[in-house]
Amino acid sequence: MTLLITSGLIIDPARNLEEPRDLLLEKGKVAALEPAGVIPKEGRKVIDAQGLVVAPGLIDMHVHLREPGEEYKETIETGTRAAAKGGFTGVACMPNTRPVNDNASITRYILDQAKAVGSARVYPVGAISMGSKGEALSEYADQKAAGAVAFSDDGWPVMNALLMRRALEYAKTFDMPVISHAEDLALRADGVMHEGKVSVRLGLKGIPAAAEEVMVYRDVRLARLTGARLHIAHVSTAGAVAIIREAKAAGVNVTAETAPHYFTLTDEAVVGFDTNAKVNPPLRSEWDRLAVIEGLADGTLDAVASDHAPHSVLEKDLEFAAAAFGLIGLETSLGLTLRLVHAGEITLRRAIALLSANPAAILRVPGGTLAPGSPADVTLIDLNREWTVDTAAFASRSRNCPFHGWTLKGKAVMTILGGKVVFKETN
Amino acid sequence: MELRRKDLLGIADLTREEIALILDNAAILKEISTRSIKKVPTLRGRTVVTLFYEPSTRTRMSFEIAAKRLSADTVSLTVAASSAVKGETLADTAANLEAMRPDLLIIRHQASGAPHFLAKRLKCGVINAGDGLHEHPTQALLDMLTVKEAKGRLHGLKVAIVGDILHSRVARSNIHGFTKMGSEVTVAGPATLLPPYLDTLGVKIAPSLEEAVAGADVIMMLRIQLERMGQMFFSTLREYSKQFGLALRHLDLAKKDVIIMHPGPMNRGVEISPEVADGPHSVILDQVTNGVAVRMAVMLLLMGDKA
Ligand SMILES: [Zn+2]
Repeated sequence: MTLLITSGLIIDPARNLEEPRDLLLEKGKVAALEPAGVIPKEGRKVIDAQGLVVAPGLIDMHVHLREPGEEYKETIETGTRAAAKGGFTGVACMPNTRPVNDNASITRYILDQAKAVGSARVYPVGAISMGSKGEALSEYADQKAAGAVAFSDDGWPVMNALLMRRALEYAKTFDMPVISHAEDLALRADGVMHEGKVSVRLGLKGIPAAAEEVMVYRDVRLARLTGARLHIAHVSTAGAVAIIREAKAAGVNVTAETAPHYFTLTDEAVVGFDTNAKVNPPLRSEWDRLAVIEGLADGTLDAVASDHAPHSVLEKDLEFAAAAFGLIGLETSLGLTLRLVHAGEITLRRAIALLSANPAAILRVPGGTLAPGSPADVTLIDLNREWTVDTAAFASRSRNCPFHGWTLKGKAVMTILGGKVVFKETN
Repeated sequence: MELRRKDLLGIADLTREEIALILDNAAILKEISTRSIKKVPTLRGRTVVTLFYEPSTRTRMSFEIAAKRLSADTVSLTVAASSAVKGETLADTAANLEAMRPDLLIIRHQASGAPHFLAKRLKCGVINAGDGLHEHPTQALLDMLTVKEAKGRLHGLKVAIVGDILHSRVARSNIHGFTKMGSEVTVAGPATLLPPYLDTLGVKIAPSLEEAVAGADVIMMLRIQLERMGQMFFSTLREYSKQFGLALRHLDLAKKDVIIMHPGPMNRGVEISPEVADGPHSVILDQVTNGVAVRMAVMLLLMGDKA
């Protein structure tokens, strides 16, 4: 199967390339990338990408696919279909499934399932500790051999600093990154939203920014101590951005991601007790939101990841304190990131780096570039297409999205995985 | 006259005019409670359901008496928090209640926003009788009525609210109410019990009880829940009482005609000394009387002429 994509604006941040080229995909790989007209069209299926951006397939390095164990919320099949629809050709799935993915056999199950029914590449993240209980290290070498790309106790933060130190050291032994869900559970206590001027009005218990910041600081210091690869998940506060900026300047081996809701929404979204705005870390203040955008622009934050966290009405159609944390983002992540581009906050090339080249580099997975020889994973983006977010039309099995009804500008119109079209926008 | 709203969920959503309307009506309705036959037929044939997820004899009784004096039928349902955990969801409870076609639902719930959750789903009116740490609007209304009776106005008064602001929905509703009506509100308590960003609600924060009550027209003491001691909010009751308990000597700092309020139930000798609670400045029992009048006014204004 050969595909020739003509006349699109190629954006390949990994190679500093931003110009119109024709892209030839062959045998699941990028075969050639040449100026217009150089590659003959005869005998090839041609896709006219005039007016479109042609980007390396997007990679979301932080999603919850809920399989195995909570298939009523999402499955690998529906979650990767949502990914394809959102322009993503790869997703890294967190281990807080039931049971927890803390061993090679569950990692293999996820990969088998992805191979059988998936519409995107799936990169399992293994658990830092057995059962994510924060007590004993899981088998890192075994999980790596089975296909795990990183370790994290996402959702169940490692409270024991010694265990975190050991995890970083043990992961370093096998050259694997550790992804930290930075949150001090004692300081969070029974908080349900950001501690700020909205929580004080609504009488909802607050989660202070410091609950995130003290753990980001701890983990950055441990990364310095151990020299291991540390990645900070879902950065949401101005203080966390500042700590990471300083650590990078000091040469610590740390990378970081944020999620679209942290640069789009603030704690004001909770007014009215909308449980779709209940997420952890919580939606923060305007001050934090602006600092996150600054971090994306100046290189402190390396990736945009959705933290796609599907929940059904059973977890969400409840009083606010009783509802589960989490919102879904695979189908809105690109559109929300492009808002920053349209607003002039970041360049288009930076947006593609955040959504593709950088996550690939952090996780050391294939893709994230259109260099000849790379996987034929490509996302075609119409920057100016206006569309309305409609959760009823989502490919995801869940609907817990606070952006329902929003009009966004910019959308993936075609997603190509290994040279095959897995999603195509129909007018 | 009626309120142009289906529900009463919080003081924060009310305008100054709406608050004034409720207080004026309550003042008129108060007269009914002084008659020998304390009943008017206004709400005959209407059904008022009280749904309480937290035990509170006095607030529920106050609502029930108010409904009965207006001739409404009342049904009360108390759900123990423990059985609600295992039992049906709030959404299911709402659907079941709706099927019984009540005219008005009065709910108290431990979760902030629970009345809002029901109000969105139910066609009948909803009155918030206390939700989590959020609001307790009828308490604030009865407090404002009590102050208005004693002082003749709300505008320009100095109101001190002292104690556990963090966990107090009464404090939140009163802060909204008194500031809207033009009073100047000062709060005091240990910093552990004053949530950050409290100043954004338009109150002054005093560093001590003494400074909070200096020149005050109204002093409102909040109940300190004894279990807060074990949750690291303060050290000992002895120290709390010494630092933040209202005693006779504090009254000398306030205006001569200062009034002392407490939403009850009181911990005598902890946040308030018995001499103050029972002294000539105390209006604590007037608050209880006014509770019935205010709740009558709210029910009447919400159900008014909607037949
Ligand atoms: Zn997380």
